[in-house]
Amino acid sequence: MHKGYAIELANVVKRFGEVAAVDHVTLQIHDGEFFSLLGPSGCGKTTTLRMIAGFEYPSGGELMIHGRPMATVPPHHRPVNTVFQSYALFPHMTVAQNVAFGLKMKRVPKAELGARVQAALDMVRLAGFAERYPRQMSGGQQQRVALARALVNQPEVLLLDEPLGALDQKLRKEMQLELKSLQHRVGITFIFVTHDQEEALTMSDRIAVMNQGKVLQVGTPTEIYERPTCKFVADFIGETNFIEGKVVEQGDEYATIQTPDGLQLRGYTPLPVNVGEAATLSLRPEKARLILPIHARPDDAFTMPVHVEMITYIGSDTRITVRLNEGRTLDVWEQNTLSTLDRNAYWQPGEAAVLVCPPANALVLTE
Amino acid sequence: MALSSFEREQQRHEQRRLMALLAPGMFWLLVFFLVPLLVILVYSFLTNGPRGNLLWQPTLQNYVDLFTQASYVNAYVRSLWISGLTTLFALLLGYPLALFIVKQPPRVRLVLLILVLIPFWTNFLVRIYAWQIILANNGLINATLAALGLPTLFLLNTEGATLLGLVYGEVPFMVLPIYAALDRFDFTLMEAGADLGASKWRAFWHIMLPMTMPGVAAGAVLVFIPTIGQFVVSELLGGAKVDYIGNLIQRLFLRSNPPNWPLGSAMSTVMMIVLLGFILLYFRSTTEEDR
Repeated sequence: MHKGYAIELANVVKRFGEVAAVDHVTLQIHDGEFFSLLGPSGCGKTTTLRMIAGFEYPSGGELMIHGRPMATVPPHHRPVNTVFQSYALFPHMTVAQNVAFGLKMKRVPKAELGARVQAALDMVRLAGFAERYPRQMSGGQQQRVALARALVNQPEVLLLDEPLGALDQKLRKEMQLELKSLQHRVGITFIFVTHDQEEALTMSDRIAVMNQGKVLQVGTPTEIYERPTCKFVADFIGETNFIEGKVVEQGDEYATIQTPDGLQLRGYTPLPVNVGEAATLSLRPEKARLILPIHARPDDAFTMPVHVEMITYIGSDTRITVRLNEGRTLDVWEQNTLSTLDRNAYWQPGEAAVLVCPPANALVLTE
Repeated sequence: MALSSFEREQQRHEQRRLMALLAPGMFWLLVFFLVPLLVILVYSFLTNGPRGNLLWQPTLQNYVDLFTQASYVNAYVRSLWISGLTTLFALLLGYPLALFIVKQPPRVRLVLLILVLIPFWTNFLVRIYAWQIILANNGLINATLAALGLPTLFLLNTEGATLLGLVYGEVPFMVLPIYAALDRFDFTLMEAGADLGASKWRAFWHIMLPMTMPGVAAGAVLVFIPTIGQFVVSELLGGAKVDYIGNLIQRLFLRSNPPNWPLGSAMSTVMMIVLLGFILLYFRSTTEEDR
């Protein structure tokens, strides 16, 4: 029986020369979890994955798989398997031989081997492709062979290094859902590396957002999107407006900041803040609302008089850029809930408006 | 689809241009390669005169001699054997060396490749004489052994010395094609192998070696073929104690009194046919790779 976490990293460091590619990363990944490492390229997410696979050894800290220290265990003795970004299928072997490779290395008896290879190919819906060579298959099919080749070994943890990166948009969406349902069926812990925030939000139980070798925040997709704890996460996941200022009032969960030109704005504080501290208000464009000045009421929580500057109609939404009186611009997205060609139903450039945002929809961040 | 007259004119023009590119090389091969080859083939069916002069009497006697006289058959077997050994040792030395070079950063690679090629800047014969100096009874190795108070060795004029000289000369021809194959090899596949439970050795055996086989085969052909006809190394380092096919041919054409060109030609022809067999085998193996 396994105890504790599927994967545990404690203060793991990886240096290449002077550069710390992974800088004191601490993570606990639960059994059966779909866990994503999300960040821009060069953030250390792939290096972290390679250390779990055993292709790189940590310069410091501790890495455990189901409680067993992995510091000196070579990759071929680790209970994990990897789906590579390039798939890394063996081109000189058929699909069946590729899938059988891991079992052959473990000297699984022939009869059992054949049955398991067949089951793995069935699982990824490639039953009829056993005798093909990888080069005779499409990118999406090769991707599924790579999955079968890894899963047939029944690893304790499956590592996926940007496996959807090479696929086109439509196939990518399909594979996202397929991967997720596959993970539910096999019940194996998946660690998924990606730079695509939408992909991570769609598929993950939890996400670790990384930048410059550090883990900035770990949480469910909702937590990461709705309650980012720092500017980087707020900016990297989805889109947002930032307004710089200074904390002037601070309560239990909410704080008010004041911009250099005297505008006072209130928002939720995911982390405690202190009065006088420099802070940034993060306001997602879909969480603000534009109303006509005549509809504004004095008890609206936080309002800003603005002028509509630019309107972009993108079908489901209308994206409106508004200019504040002191000069800065903000983005506001309105869902097009009405179906009409009437121009009066939409905002017009130059129109005066009031931007409304309840404090619960905005965040005050200090990092 | 019918082609317009303009298109047909264009095609004819293009064909003429290609023929023009082909002509000089074709001419060269015909005159300087195919004609001598035919001369040898014709000679091999002629009779040798008493003073080494050619008699225009067609005969198969040369071929009969070749396959019935033990000394000739032995020379063939010995040549095949030492060429095989040379190829094997060149492979055992060349593959690790090629792998080492590929694993270096680009700048170092270039330097190492140049180092592999540097011996070619000196004449092969001169380099073999240098080996004589190293291996001689009072040569570099034995002088060192003597200075250390150790018993000296009989190195020069042995079959071992022949093998050493051949391997020495042929290793670069093995390294270069294997290097080219390894350069194209995706080393992520070795990680995939390790990930799937293969030790370094098993990953090499099941993944890297089969995938670089075309390089190994090309290297083997490049080493095996010149080695089978060689006569310089076995004469200068082996002391001409035993005959290889190259030595026999050279003697029949140049040294024996009277010379026997028809028999020498027959020997060359048989050697070429054997080599042709190996080359066909090689092409079969590479085309199967591509299928």
